Amino acid sequence: MTFLQLSRVQKTFGGENVVKGFDLSVERGELVTFLGPSGCGKTTTLRMIAGFETPTRGEIRIDGEDVTSLRANRRNIGMVFQSYALFPNMTVAGNVGFGLRVAGKPAGQIKTRTAEMLALVKLPELAARYPYQLSGGQQQRVSLARALAPSPRILLLDEPLSALDARIRVSLRDEIRSLQRKLGITTIFVTHDQEEALSMSDRIVVMNGGAIEQVGTPGEIYNTPRTRFVASFVGTLNLIDGRIVDDLARTFEIDGQRAVAGRRLDGAKQGDVRTLALRPEALRLGAADEGRNTLRGTIEDVAFLGAVVRLRVRLTQTTIVIDTFNDGSGRLPDRGEPIEVNFAHDDLIVLDAA
Amino acid sequence: MKRSALPAAVATLLGAIYFLAPLVATFEFSLRLKRGEYSFEAYRLVFASGNFQASFLYSTVLALTTIVVSVLIVVPTAYWVQLRLPRLRGLVEFISLSPLVIPAIVLVFGDIKLYGSASFLPLTGSGLGSDTLLMLAYVALSLPYMYRSVDTGLRAIDVRTLTEAAESQGAGALAILVRVILPNIRPAILSGAFLTFAIVIGEFTIASLLNRPAFGPYLQGVGASRAYEPAALAVMAFAITWACMGLIQLLGRSASASAPPR
Repeated sequence: MTFLQLSRVQKTFGGENVVKGFDLSVERGELVTFLGPSGCGKTTTLRMIAGFETPTRGEIRIDGEDVTSLRANRRNIGMVFQSYALFPNMTVAGNVGFGLRVAGKPAGQIKTRTAEMLALVKLPELAARYPYQLSGGQQQRVSLARALAPSPRILLLDEPLSALDARIRVSLRDEIRSLQRKLGITTIFVTHDQEEALSMSDRIVVMNGGAIEQVGTPGEIYNTPRTRFVASFVGTLNLIDGRIVDDLARTFEIDGQRAVAGRRLDGAKQGDVRTLALRPEALRLGAADEGRNTLRGTIEDVAFLGAVVRLRVRLTQTTIVIDTFNDGSGRLPDRGEPIEVNFAHDDLIVLDAA
Repeated sequence: MKRSALPAAVATLLGAIYFLAPLVATFEFSLRLKRGEYSFEAYRLVFASGNFQASFLYSTVLALTTIVVSVLIVVPTAYWVQLRLPRLRGLVEFISLSPLVIPAIVLVFGDIKLYGSASFLPLTGSGLGSDTLLMLAYVALSLPYMYRSVDTGLRAIDVRTLTEAAESQGAGALAILVRVILPNIRPAILSGAFLTFAIVIGEFTIASLLNRPAFGPYLQGVGASRAYEPAALAVMAFAITWACMGLIQLLGRSASASAPPR
């Protein structure tokens, strides 16, 4: 059942449309990530859900209730900010219990709930500290505990890991996901980091220029991007122009060589040129067996990256990147060496026509 | 090459002499009431004077009232401007600075004209009304200092995010202002408050023309009729001002002990 519903939500700032006709249904207990570059409208959409911005048009419903014009402090939504936003004048316990104090809960209940929340984020011993006495990771955990303390209907996370260093980011990301699963709380996570989005989400909403490009599970977004933008934004992709030779047989001509795509070519006809996407890790070295595509080219560059060896192969006009695992046994190919690469039909992704 | 500290020391010494010599001379003069010996007789006379106590108490109460009213007006205004109307900041700053360019004499004549006994709101018609008018005039007079201090304090914290964080916790505007914003700009408010106190305690023009028994007119009256007591009062006025400055530093430091280093 849909718990959070955004219908045709639009936001205009000074004549500029920053969110365009945003439609999304989020199930109860789901973690949905808004992924996109700066200025794509993801934070504005999140702020409209929080109640900090009012949509110019459209409707937002939480559990069936229309909250489009409801003030932020009446929505019962927990929010975690990129800059932590802990109250500097309050201790950790004071911060976590703030929402409960504002709600007029009894002191005993506030104390119990605060202790419970601090145990949940594994910081029970820091209750008496002030925010400035904590590390960034600890501050963000306190911020999470504060957001969860009043038992909100929805948890909103606005780039909560961006200000942290890489190691803390990974561990906190896992903790947030595990907490979210444990509490079963409906969560919207905003990030521009594809790795965070892919590793944490039930579904990802990829946004660009104020509009949704694609909604799907991490697997769908990564393996079958629908548009050139999604393909280029999520992971590393080879983007190649291919001319349709046979639309029924899904056969393309790429730099004078033939390749077959796995997906149907909706609305395409012979002679059309479409953008094709190929993941570097989907390519194998050597000639193909029956039922796979083979392309021939020349090695242009070899980069040893430790676990991965990255090859740049020039076909004729086009250059593609190939990632192969370094198993430590084979010799690395030389520059200028002729080479064959193969890949499955399904790995040749045909993007929607722009 | 190590630079000599001598020029800096000489400059500091000259500066100290320039500021301290008149003060030391005034202090020395204030001790010479009794012929042939130094004594605190002038200070004793000042403290023993009923007028001194009454006028000082009057001005102190007035200063405290002015501070409370200033805080109630300035803090929500500066907060609102910072949060919702940043485009109006220039205009509000201009208005807040206007008491610096409008002489007190102009201000008080304007007040008397506007709130005189023949006006729609005849505040000067009663003692309490005149006291209220004087207090409001002082609120206007202290506006540049109070607004600047509070605005600087607000700029030092992330007002928008803290407000949104509190809102998402269910807090309304009043709760946010009282529980989140005010405690975090306490040093700034204290700074504005002590400057206001120092201004109100010594103010002469407005209090005199509104005919109120304030400390400023008392100082002037004593200065016109006595020799040694005005010197003692001047030294005391310096001491009060410096005590205010010291308190700003002290309370600012203790407040920042519970706040992140900025």
